[in-house]
Parts: sequence; structure tokens; C-alpha cells
Amino acid sequence: MDNIERLLTLMTGDEKHDLASYSTLAVLRVLYERVLDVSPDSLDDPRRDRFLLSKGHGPTAYYAVLCDRGFFPESWLCDWGSFDSPLGYHPDRNLIPGVEVSSGSLGHGLPLAVGTALGLRAQGIDSRVVVLVGDAELDEGSNHEAVELATALGLDRLTVVVVDNRSTSYVVPGRIAERFATEGWHVTTVDGRDQAELESALTERPVGVPNVVVATVVDPSTSSRREEAA
Amino acid sequence: MTATLTRPHLVRDPRMQFGLTVTSLLDEDLSTALVWAEISGRFFDSAVRRHPDRVVNVGIREQLLVNVGAGFALTGMRPIVHTFGTFLVERGFEQIKLGFGHQGLGGVLVGGGGSFDASRGGRTHQAPGDVALMDTLPDVVIHAPGTSAETDEVLRRAVAADGLHYVRIVEQTNAESFTGPGLHVVRRGSGATVIALGPVLDEVLAATADRDVTVLYAHSVRPFDAATFRNVLTTPDVVLVEPWLAGTSARVVSDALRDVPHRLLSLGTRRMELRHYGTPAEHQRAHGLDAAGIRRSVESFLDGQRPGR
Repeated sequence: MDNIERLLTLMTGDEKHDLASYSTLAVLRVLYERVLDVSPDSLDDPRRDRFLLSKGHGPTAYYAVLCDRGFFPESWLCDWGSFDSPLGYHPDRNLIPGVEVSSGSLGHGLPLAVGTALGLRAQGIDSRVVVLVGDAELDEGSNHEAVELATALGLDRLTVVVVDNRSTSYVVPGRIAERFATEGWHVTTVDGRDQAELESALTERPVGVPNVVVATVVDPSTSSRREEAA
Repeated sequence: MTATLTRPHLVRDPRMQFGLTVTSLLDEDLSTALVWAEISGRFFDSAVRRHPDRVVNVGIREQLLVNVGAGFALTGMRPIVHTFGTFLVERGFEQIKLGFGHQGLGGVLVGGGGSFDASRGGRTHQAPGDVALMDTLPDVVIHAPGTSAETDEVLRRAVAADGLHYVRIVEQTNAESFTGPGLHVVRRGSGATVIALGPVLDEVLAATADRDVTVLYAHSVRPFDAATFRNVLTTPDVVLVEPWLAGTSARVVSDALRDVPHRLLSLGTRRMELRHYGTPAEHQRAHGLDAAGIRRSVESFLDGQRPGR
């Protein structure tokens, strides 16, 4: 058992959230271990890379990875969700070092990431902004406002990772990648549990257009949403 | 800051003033950004040209509008976010509640149109509930300037400050400008106290000209200046007049008088939809917010219940 798995076992949680949290684990590990230039020492550095977890439900994997990277002590994990814990069932940036946005309500992270990318660009800072959304989260129309503006304004420091576990009620195979491609994004679809594929896609830096990585975490031919969510 | 050197001239229309002042603020302060959504573009031409990275039109995307503003704030900048009040505050209220409020970020939201600037446009372009809705959030500072000079002042104050501010820009104006937040004592009397919030002061003064009442005025309406209110209060009869949803500020007035038995008359726009078009003045009249309407309400409130009448 590696350290992250050990940290995950320290947290007990609500069943409904368990699966969703693990669907993000490989993406989070690759981002924090291999891609993002951010650490507990650079939290106030305006040039740090930004990671925004938009899909805030099921944050155990996120908490385990942040803890593993030293953003907060291990003791926080044991009573997460308790009244005095900084760790809620949805993360709060005002309580947890390293958390860039408070999330929980879906459809906010990508619009916030577009604003963050614009704010950094206006200040001449070329840090990366990476935002993680779920496939069902893309049901929210607010995302599509952001997807359109990101290409209109050429936000090439912005990367969206869609963790696609086919959890939306109305799955249309291939739609996510096609939609982003139609809007002019650089699109890569990878196996969301393959760290090498993820690393390669997440380190790509297309020029002039934003980048989306669709990280598929189920086999579309054998899994349905209901099985996955159950 | 060289505000006195760069301060633009004042124009009569508060909306045009908003454009001039914001352009000047963008020139002066590199940490400011303007995020807008097609509306009022004619006021931003030179700002767009001079500061393309800090002046962003998001198109007709109001949910995005608010969160892009919050994203600028996440990078340490001071966003000014603008469209019609109804689309800014009501369409994507959760974006304000979470994007600014819950994240703990500051910014200056500027809503245009108010309750009935778009008198001919109908309900879709009217936001009488904007102040009440913004007032559900903690620590929001709310401004309702009544003149162009006040518009310039509150915008500068809001941009220089921290936290979340809402500025309500409308066509209606008062004759006189007042400087500074808090309640201004416009007239002192020995009877009731009449509080005018935002551009209703002229109507209040005309309606109460022959009465021995105190008239207070504020263009920055939250936080409410309870201290001045209590200091000047004589008889505990209070009339509150605000050009948005009636009763919006009743809470803060009652709270200021929680230990004083008192009577309160709350005047503002009525909850019922008018379903009429016409001019803003006609809407003012229909809501009883013209001088004659305020006079009738005040008479009935102050005189109607006296014993022996």
C-alpha cells in the first residue's frame, strides 16, 4: 500500500461519494506529482500553477493527495466532516491550504478558471490553470458559456480535465470530445487510470487554444451509469 | 493616487458617469479589471482600446460574467462586473453567493436599470428585488447613488475598498449630492423621521415640505448607519422610502430600534407586477413613489391614527 492509499484509509466517508472520489485519483496524482508547479511553500506565490477542483463532491482522493504533498497534516484526515474539521464533504478554500476554490455546486469551477486565466494573463503571469470537471457536471449550462469564451479569447494556459465515468443520465458517446473540438479546443482522450497517458496529455501545451483532456475511467461498452453510480 | 488630476468631468447621466469613472479607474489602477456582458458597451469604447487585457466582454453569458469577475479576484485583482441589475443579480445569483461570497472574494458589482429605468421594457428588464437579494449575503456593501457626483464617489470608494460591493446605477437623480457614506441629515424637525435611500430624496423633500419632520438621506445603504439614525430620532415614528422593493430596509431600521417601541411605514416598489409600460415617472407614480404618493402615505401614517381625528 503506498502512502496515498494509506491516507485514503484514514478517511471514512459516505458511500455515495466513494466511487466518484476514486475516479479522480490517478488524475490528481499525475497533476500534483508530475505536472503542476505548486507546493506548500508556493501558496502565496502569484506565479504558482493553479488547480481548481470543480467537481467538489467525493473529495477524499483530493484530500489524500494534498496531504501527501504536505499541504496539511495527516491528523486532519481522521475526523473529516466533523464540526471542527477544516475538511468538509466539499472543500473550502478558506479552510484548507492549497485549495484554490471552494466547490460543491457544479458548474462553477470552469467559469472561475476562465476568469483566473484572464487575471493571470492581464498581469503577465504565464502559470497554468488546470480545472477538473466531471462528465455529468457538464450538464450545467454555465460550463458551455466558459468553453466558448475560452477559445474566443485564446486562453492557452487553461487546461480542462473531464473525468468521464459516464455518470450523466443522458450519455452520448464521444459527445464531450466532439463538443470541445467544435468550440476549437485542443482535445485528447485518454484512459483516466493510465498515469503515463495522463501525464503526456496534461503536459501538452497547444499554442493559442485551450487544452482539454477527457479522462475516461470506465469501459463505455460494458458499463452503464447506474452500475457505476451504484 | 492622483485622483484629483485624472478625475473625469461630471456628466448628468449617472450611467454615462459610470462609464467615465470606470475608464478613469482602469487608467489609474493596474489591479482593476472590467468584466461586462454586451450591455453599456458604448460607455466602454476607450477602456476597451486602452486596456484590452483588463476589459473583457464575455458576450451574453451572465453566469460566466460573475464567475469571470471572481476569477480575476482569485488572482488578486479588483474586478468591476457590470450588466443590467436583473441579469447581474437575479439571473445568476448563486454565482454571486458562491463565486464571491463563499469563496471570500471581493469585487464591485454594478447593476444598471434598477426598478423601472426600463419602464417600456417590462418586467424582464426590471430588478426591484436586487437590493433585497444582495442583502441576503454577509457583509455586502450596497450603494444607490442619487447623482453623477455620488456615482463617481461611490465607485471610487468601492474600488478602493475590500470586500463585495453592489452599486445600483439608475437614471433617476436627486438635485443635491452628498459626500460620504452613512446617513446625512438633510432637514431636522421635532416629529417623525423620514429616511430616503437613493434617488427618492427630491420626492421625499417635496412630500414633507410642510411637515415638522427630520429627513435623512443615504446613497450607501448597507451597512445601515444606525448610530446617526438613533442620534436624531425624536418621536419614534419612522417613514422609510426606497426606490426598490418596499420593506427591503425595514429589517435594519427595526434592528436599530429594537429597544424602542416604534411605528414604521415602509414605502418602495410594490410586489405586484404593474404590467404597464410608459415612462419611469409613470412607474414611480404607480408605485406611490412620486411626491404626491409619498405625501398621501405619510399623511395617512402620521395623521390618520391620531385620537380625535
